[in-house]
Amino acid sequence: MLVAVLQFPGTNCEYDTKYAFEKLGAEVTIVWHEETSLPQNVDLVVAPGGFSYGDYLRSGALAKFAPIMDAVKTYAANGGKVLGICNGFQILAETGLLPGALKRNDNLHFISKHHHLKVVNNDNAFLQELAVGDVVNIPVAHHDGNYYIDEDGLQELKDNGQILLQYCDKNGSNKVLNGSVSQIAGVCNKEKNVFGLMPHPERAMETLLGCDDGVKMLQGFFK
Amino acid sequence: MKAIINIGLKKGVLDSAGKATHHRLDTVGFADIVKDIRVGKQIIMELNCTDEATAKAEATKMCEQLLANTVIEDYEIIIEA
Repeated sequence: MLVAVLQFPGTNCEYDTKYAFEKLGAEVTIVWHEETSLPQNVDLVVAPGGFSYGDYLRSGALAKFAPIMDAVKTYAANGGKVLGICNGFQILAETGLLPGALKRNDNLHFISKHHHLKVVNNDNAFLQELAVGDVVNIPVAHHDGNYYIDEDGLQELKDNGQILLQYCDKNGSNKVLNGSVSQIAGVCNKEKNVFGLMPHPERAMETLLGCDDGVKMLQGFFK
Repeated sequence: MKAIINIGLKKGVLDSAGKATHHRLDTVGFADIVKDIRVGKQIIMELNCTDEATAKAEATKMCEQLLANTVIEDYEIIIEA
């Protein structure tokens, strides 16, 4: 399993992401944004968290035209698996690889804490190790995580099983975190090879550091 | 030519910053006069062109490709000499 982790100026979760996938047995290579191609035989591309290009203009907006993104778009169009975490999710939404957009949190605060998430759909490469309704406890750390999609778009997500995760309490009841439509924390594309979520599974890999619920999330990619 | 581009959240998309600013103005004595607030951003650019139609067309392309996220934002372009 070879994982390519993208690195933009301002990315700050690339080494956590590398650690997480290496812990699960993958070989991980970090790919600088000025590269124009991905490594041969890559099994998964991850756009990690951070503040690419200082979040200038909009979070993720300037990264979408980085040289490496053409290769990522081609890779995704050919069925390659792509995962965006936090700022990576914002970048994939801005690029149009994922539906919707991420707005400023409705309380205007940067939110940084552990939060429960409920698995909504698991018939995809990412969450196949979890059951629908399973609750995981994963750190969130974002200012612009308020997921927006219009009513028709939301219906399409529901019809196609594209909603991956929703913010909830420890019992799995939906809970408002940041104002997201339908409390959506993560989605995938229609073809189910591009995934995005605001919470950070790569920061939940060790019980010593509070929780290792991220392990069973990321493990899905190894099946 | 000069392009002045105003970008803001679409009608129907909750503008949290506008709402918070409105609330604060209410509490400092402007409750009666302020009806609604939308907070957006303005981009001012000098263009290497002398033709208004070209300026408008190019600025529109920039908005569609990068400057605005049309999933959530609207934009308005004002061209000045």
